[in-house]
Amino acid sequence: MTDELSPGIVAQHGLSAEEYALAKGIMGRAPNLLELGIFSVMWSEHCSYKSSKRWLKTLPTGGPRVIQGPGENAGAIDIGDGQAAIFKIESHNHPSFIEPYQGAATGVGGILRDVFTMGARPIANLNALRFGAPEHEKTRHLLAGAVQGIGGYGNCVGVPTVGGEVNFHPSYNGNILVNAMTVGLARTDRIFYAKAAGIGNPVVYVGSKTGRDGIHGATMASAQFGEDAEAQRPTVQVGDPFVEKLLIEACLELMATDAIEAIQDMGAAGLTSSSFEMASKGGCGVELWLDRVPMRETGMTPYELMLSESQERMLMILHPGREEAARDIFAKWDLDFAVIGKLTEGGRMKLVWHGETVGELPIDPLAAAAPEYDRPWTETPPAPALSAGQIAELDPAEALTALMGSPDLCSRRWIWEQYDHMVMADTLQRPGGDAAVVRVHGSRKALAMAVDCTPRYVKADPLQGGRQAVAESYRNLCAVGAEPIAITDNLNFGNPERPEIMGQLVGAIEGIGEAAEALAYPVVSGNVSLYNETNGKAILPTPIIGGVGLLADHARMARIAVGPGQSLVLLGTTAGHLGQSLYLRECCGLEAGPPPPVDLAAERRNGGLVRNLIEEGLILACHDLADGGLAVAAAEMALAGKTGITLDSPDRGLSLAAWLFGEDQGRYLVACNRPQRLIERASAAGVAARQVGRTGGTALILPGGGTISLESLSERHEGWLPGYMDGGPGGRTGTS
Amino acid sequence: MKSAIVVFPGSNCDRDVQVALRQAMGSEPIMIWHKDSELPEVDLIVLPGGFSYGDYLRCGAMSAHAPAMRATVEAAAKGVAVLGICNGFQILTEAGLLPGALARNRDLKFHCRDVHLRVETGQSLFTSRFQEGQCLRIPVANRDGCYLADEDGCRRLEDNGQIAFRYSDETGSVRPEVNLNGSVSSIAGIFNEQKTVLGLMPHPERLSDPALGGDDGRAFFDGLVEALS
Repeated sequence: MTDELSPGIVAQHGLSAEEYALAKGIMGRAPNLLELGIFSVMWSEHCSYKSSKRWLKTLPTGGPRVIQGPGENAGAIDIGDGQAAIFKIESHNHPSFIEPYQGAATGVGGILRDVFTMGARPIANLNALRFGAPEHEKTRHLLAGAVQGIGGYGNCVGVPTVGGEVNFHPSYNGNILVNAMTVGLARTDRIFYAKAAGIGNPVVYVGSKTGRDGIHGATMASAQFGEDAEAQRPTVQVGDPFVEKLLIEACLELMATDAIEAIQDMGAAGLTSSSFEMASKGGCGVELWLDRVPMRETGMTPYELMLSESQERMLMILHPGREEAARDIFAKWDLDFAVIGKLTEGGRMKLVWHGETVGELPIDPLAAAAPEYDRPWTETPPAPALSAGQIAELDPAEALTALMGSPDLCSRRWIWEQYDHMVMADTLQRPGGDAAVVRVHGSRKALAMAVDCTPRYVKADPLQGGRQAVAESYRNLCAVGAEPIAITDNLNFGNPERPEIMGQLVGAIEGIGEAAEALAYPVVSGNVSLYNETNGKAILPTPIIGGVGLLADHARMARIAVGPGQSLVLLGTTAGHLGQSLYLRECCGLEAGPPPPVDLAAERRNGGLVRNLIEEGLILACHDLADGGLAVAAAEMALAGKTGITLDSPDRGLSLAAWLFGEDQGRYLVACNRPQRLIERASAAGVAARQVGRTGGTALILPGGGTISLESLSERHEGWLPGYMDGGPGGRTGTS
Repeated sequence: MKSAIVVFPGSNCDRDVQVALRQAMGSEPIMIWHKDSELPEVDLIVLPGGFSYGDYLRCGAMSAHAPAMRATVEAAAKGVAVLGICNGFQILTEAGLLPGALARNRDLKFHCRDVHLRVETGQSLFTSRFQEGQCLRIPVANRDGCYLADEDGCRRLEDNGQIAFRYSDETGSVRPEVNLNGSVSSIAGIFNEQKTVLGLMPHPERLSDPALGGDDGRAFFDGLVEALS
């Protein structure tokens, strides 16, 4: 018999009184401390998705190219020729705020493992980052640390970091976001899953030794921060990218044989969740001999071994008799290899320590029947429409210069030059364009990838914001000429126990679902990060969408850089929507109004047209319109091509600000030689199109006569981030 | 011509240089595991980029003592050509095949970008395709690329014509402002005295294919293979 654990200990493990009662019901007795620790991590929000599961089930996850949807380590899509792209995005927000270098580094390590666990060689990393206001005292330190951590890990492992996005907003002052995405490549007939099978088969541990780091990381990641966030530093894991590199090579070498029945990385909640999930998926039991786990320190307890989040570890079920061959491969790579248990009948987990049973739990009720909540939620009230008086008509050249040098639109070169984005020698489009493009090694095919979200839209209208994140991802892939195939999502929100936050989550998921359905762009993997709050203040709702698309022939690919003597055509409809625009925020000092509505049928139609035009070679350069609208898109194309652009006046009835800076969705700015032909093609496809300018010279010339030399624009655009990181003004450009 | 590429644990440009050499040679380079103490008879040994043994100690310090490295030092003594790229350059200095050392970049940051290089001599088997003063565009990707040597050491390199490449602007002009990492005398790559060993920080294998944005690296490998064939 076990003694009842004190309410204090139960609370320290993050379990509510109801959950503890449920645990006792499942056990038929009070759990001991080891067992309680296991309940705690398995039922944490991080591992169980207990607040979001009900809504995640509504997302479209299937399609002709989907091999594996959500529920495995990562999603898998068929890219033809017997090849699959395997990818997922995952957050490491809480640890990165506490210790940015290791938090971000181990975020990269974790997502890499999710992908190579399935038999894929990782070929690209991306990341989505959110930091607090530039003037906040911690922002520089957190940004520098997270970037160095991402680079330090990815560069050493030798997987190129090819893309990403960064925004600043005061709502992230106490809770930054670090979301990391990995894309890998596998053979469709050699994808590995986490479903255990074969009673008596050996359970094998490989990789790094287990230490005391990261104990209760999953529980920490499921609580909100108070003032003592940094006191939680011991719960942050420490990464070793060198061991990860060895682990990738050793696992892929073993995967080329037929030794593995099932494999799962030890991520959040380490040995507990990996062994539980594998056994649960396979409907079998497992017996673990914990004293055989390779240990980094002496005196470790079963409780610590089960809950440690030491990095660079994997758990495998091998086919009987293959242990020695497998051991040889791991010995070649100087990695630990230990048989630490076996699969059993009966659906129970038995934990043995030097021959003595120290814990025994039923697997299914924990892993599959974790609590699921239908939390109360309230719909976000619609934002009042902007009144004409709220929109100042500023000098367009001054406004554009300010926008291009603003924290959210300035060049991110300072960041991506610290990432090795060329290793593996297949990076066809480096950072700085609409999407990164990575060649499928040794072929004409290429994968395009991008991460997107506009949190201020989601805050103002979660449904439209959720749709927009998916639509922008779709556009970024279409803009390079890729067929968008599938997405992975990382839902970063505040405390779901508050109905208004839960309402944001519900609305955003609904929007994502609608867009994914309408664009035939299913969700194949994802991650949820809740409780992103400090002292009761939530972050902007930030559902990051990571999209992957396919180019059949990388010679048919578009970039954003224009050359001289080209005509510019705008595809898509312009209404001049300024609500929630960056113009409004940066130039008028207002975060107000509804976000631009997203017409999903138009997105699909316009994207299809752009892809066809690129395929036929009719487009010389292409850029999707997003933050900052037409003027910012034109400026970015001009800077990339080191060629000036002259933009024409708007149609009657549209103000200059609305024309140049409106953020209407579903639009692309394209450069071509024969604009009339393009406009005819667009018209035949039912897509609005008009010529809006031409290229040439060394300046950006705006309607109304404003002229900005590319040289001065480039200085502002390239200058902000390095200047800021060197200790320059952290205020908004123009106001500090 | 035959070539070998040494694969250390933590090498991560071994495949990239394999692809570039295969393209230039029309045959397969031999991949050598770091634990192998014997090398096959080859005309060229390549030490690829990466983070061998994690580079937690000085970059390249542990690799310099790998069995395959001892064999490489012996082969180099017999005149076999040795090329070290990035981490390979660091290993060559640690192993004593090249003078000087590679230290942390001046701004302490990792740099990944294209740089321009001035070819300092066309009189070597590694640079026979190029003219002195020619400008190449090749990427770097490192955090420890700051080449250091003392005054005497620098003078010897200069006097013996051992400097292979310097960081320059796009016209081939060597100016302090374009020396991205603080290397002494803007040095990006050096030879041994016999010019049979070359170490350089930039990665010619990364721009050996026009689809990747340039092919100055292809000319480098084509010239090397031609000189050794």
